[in-house]
Amino acid sequence: MTGFPNREVLLRWAPLIVLLILMLFFTALEPRFFSVRNFARIAISAAPALMVAVGVTFIILMGSIDLSMEGAVSVCAVSFAFVFLWLGGSLGGWGWLALPLTLVAGAVLGLVNGLVHVRLRIPSFMASLALGFVGTGLAMLMTGGDRIRIEDPAFRALLTTRWLDFPVMIYVAGLFLLLGWFIQSRTTLGRNLYAVGGGEDLAHGSGLNVARVRIMGFMLAGVFYAVGALMAVARIGIAETATGNGFMFTSITAVVVGGTALWGGTGGVWNTLVGVLIVSVIGNGMVVIGLPGYLQDGILGLLVIIAVVLSTDRRSVSIVK
Amino acid sequence: MYELTKVDKVFPGVHALKAVDFRIERGEIVGLVGENGAGKSTLMKVIYGAYQADGGTVAIDGKPVRFQSPRQAMDHGIGMVFQEQSLITNLTVMENIFLGYERQFVRFGVIDWTAMARAARQQLAKVKLDIDPATVTAKLSFAQRQLVELAKVLTLEERVEGDLVILLDEPTSVLSRTEVELLFSLVRELTSRASFIFVSHRMDEVLELSDRVYVMKDGEVVDMVPRAEARVDAIQRKMVGRDIDKQYYREQKQQPYDPDRVLVSLDRVSLPGRYSDISLDLHAGEVLCLVGTEGAGREAILRTVFGLEKPDSGTVRIKGQARRDFGARAAVEAGVGYVPRERKIEGIVGGMNVYENMTLSQMGRYSTAGILHLGKERALARDWIRRLGIKTPDVFKDCGGLSGGNQQKVVLAKWRSGGSDIILLDHPTRGLDIGAKEDVYDMVREMCADGAGILLVADTLEEAIGLSHTILVLKDGEARHLFRGAPGSKPSLFDLVHHMT
Repeated sequence: MTGFPNREVLLRWAPLIVLLILMLFFTALEPRFFSVRNFARIAISAAPALMVAVGVTFIILMGSIDLSMEGAVSVCAVSFAFVFLWLGGSLGGWGWLALPLTLVAGAVLGLVNGLVHVRLRIPSFMASLALGFVGTGLAMLMTGGDRIRIEDPAFRALLTTRWLDFPVMIYVAGLFLLLGWFIQSRTTLGRNLYAVGGGEDLAHGSGLNVARVRIMGFMLAGVFYAVGALMAVARIGIAETATGNGFMFTSITAVVVGGTALWGGTGGVWNTLVGVLIVSVIGNGMVVIGLPGYLQDGILGLLVIIAVVLSTDRRSVSIVK
Repeated sequence: MYELTKVDKVFPGVHALKAVDFRIERGEIVGLVGENGAGKSTLMKVIYGAYQADGGTVAIDGKPVRFQSPRQAMDHGIGMVFQEQSLITNLTVMENIFLGYERQFVRFGVIDWTAMARAARQQLAKVKLDIDPATVTAKLSFAQRQLVELAKVLTLEERVEGDLVILLDEPTSVLSRTEVELLFSLVRELTSRASFIFVSHRMDEVLELSDRVYVMKDGEVVDMVPRAEARVDAIQRKMVGRDIDKQYYREQKQQPYDPDRVLVSLDRVSLPGRYSDISLDLHAGEVLCLVGTEGAGREAILRTVFGLEKPDSGTVRIKGQARRDFGARAAVEAGVGYVPRERKIEGIVGGMNVYENMTLSQMGRYSTAGILHLGKERALARDWIRRLGIKTPDVFKDCGGLSGGNQQKVVLAKWRSGGSDIILLDHPTRGLDIGAKEDVYDMVREMCADGAGILLVADTLEEAIGLSHTILVLKDGEARHLFRGAPGSKPSLFDLVHHMT
């Protein structure tokens, strides 16, 4: 029909192309970038962010936004540490119970977020931003500002045990990514998230309980934040208020750069995977070629604007608020 | 003084204005009437500069002009008073009056509010409105806002050399009778300052106010009548005047409905501001069409049956059961399906594919414990693609990329496959080409044969007559007349228009 690389096809693959170009670029500047060792390093830094980003992907698919991830991750990390140590501090004993409990904690935080947003009719960005701060404060209250060390070797094995040069947590992250994909494409919840994002009025007019879908979406996101929190703790071996720092910018950047539209309805977890990899490759690549860290944030910020500009058909949008 | 000669306007697929001649003299009031879609609003938009004519000439005092924007038209003395209130309600009256023209009051970069208030008071005096110009517009009544709009347009008087032409688009639709009379006497007085073009659905008002009336139909001016010769009947006949092709609407397939099975029953239902005291019965196998002008309450009644709007009084019964909890969810469960007017916005979810759209209202049936049976969904979609002849490469096609007719079929398949037997159709053929329209008519007949009841808001009066068993004519939210139309004894277009306007 139209010429081969038409706009639609190009946009669909643009994130992946950008990722490949970035990798070629850094490899050309510093051949050591292209090594299994370095890829493992990228994967480790990307895994917790990927989980958080997958969580927020579901929210953005609905056309909402969630900014509570930093607080949620901190609360989940700190509560995990407390419960884990209280249960004996070892995965071999009763400590394993702390893992599902953390996921429940994440879901509860998401539930609160969703209820505040839906029932009190507060825009999601405001509700979640506020609750994010509440979460950070809560984590601070629980720890009193202390760091909690998690030294259980079985838990740290997530990082220390390697299969085929990659730590176990990468495979766990992969499993949760598949779970996210399954929810997105094979469950009514996933379908409903797309429907609400693609046309809320129509979803309502087709008999969907939109309020329930929204709340479920926030709970789902909360569970993924909890998984992200567990990985963040496993990576450093420390749970503290600051565990959540930096996740907001990274995860939302990743979702947007990956090609999930901010107004909802299109995109998904694979886009987010590519987006997280782009962000992580830039971060890692700049360290490898020896550029200062403060440049990274600037470049990521520019990248977000470029991604949004590319994906928006500005002729069809008359007013932007 | 202001004259259009042989003006043409073409949109993709529609010839909206065909060689329209139109003129207005100094101090004259000219009426403009026509059915929905006859081209009135396009003509107005050409006059006030929102559209540019594709052919013909526009001239003021014999000099050809061409407006690129409403602002340029205003600089030539042409102003528009909009039907939908165009005032910004969170600004004050004076800010609205001088919106975009504040510069005259700026001293050293700061607005001189006292000067603006003084000037605004002067404008308000022209329309005899005695209010504080610093009032926030939201606090005014609709009638007052209408006068503020008029005052706003009249500021052109001071700004523009030469004569004014002011367009009034349905200015009376939200006014009471006394308010209408006040407005009319005001307009008559103002003819010393400006000429007026008056557009309205209310034929009696048009004849009351106008010196001459232009009648439009299908993008053409079919007649121009001076007031002395104007008669309501004759004009209404001109507005419709064409015969229906019985074949086209599949009339031979129209079967009598089942008078014993009432699917939907409204009993003295009212929703203030939208419609009042509406009673109707929709039977199995029946097409009941609501006919009326824009804003007569047709859509609001559909939305009420679907549960999107809760009436203030009266009972809505669906299959004998009185509705208590309003809400789309309950309606869907009771077997009601709604096909709204704007398919792109409300009918299908763009970005979702064919089978996803079809099962949207019935996911419970295609999932176990929240996990979808994609195979069953696709089989359903394939089945309905075949049954309705939906043109799509496969079930994975994004519905946003289908043609309007095929989108319409997907929406109908969604409701029919879910077993809905009360189908609410709002302008189901709007924007479709003739072939696709015929497909929709076939589907309507088939649904009736299956025992479904259809509540229809048709795109044209011909369509309403051709398709329906029963026609309820509405005017200003009230039921005016109920026509029964078995093939052979259908009401004429004129009958309908007569009760509508």
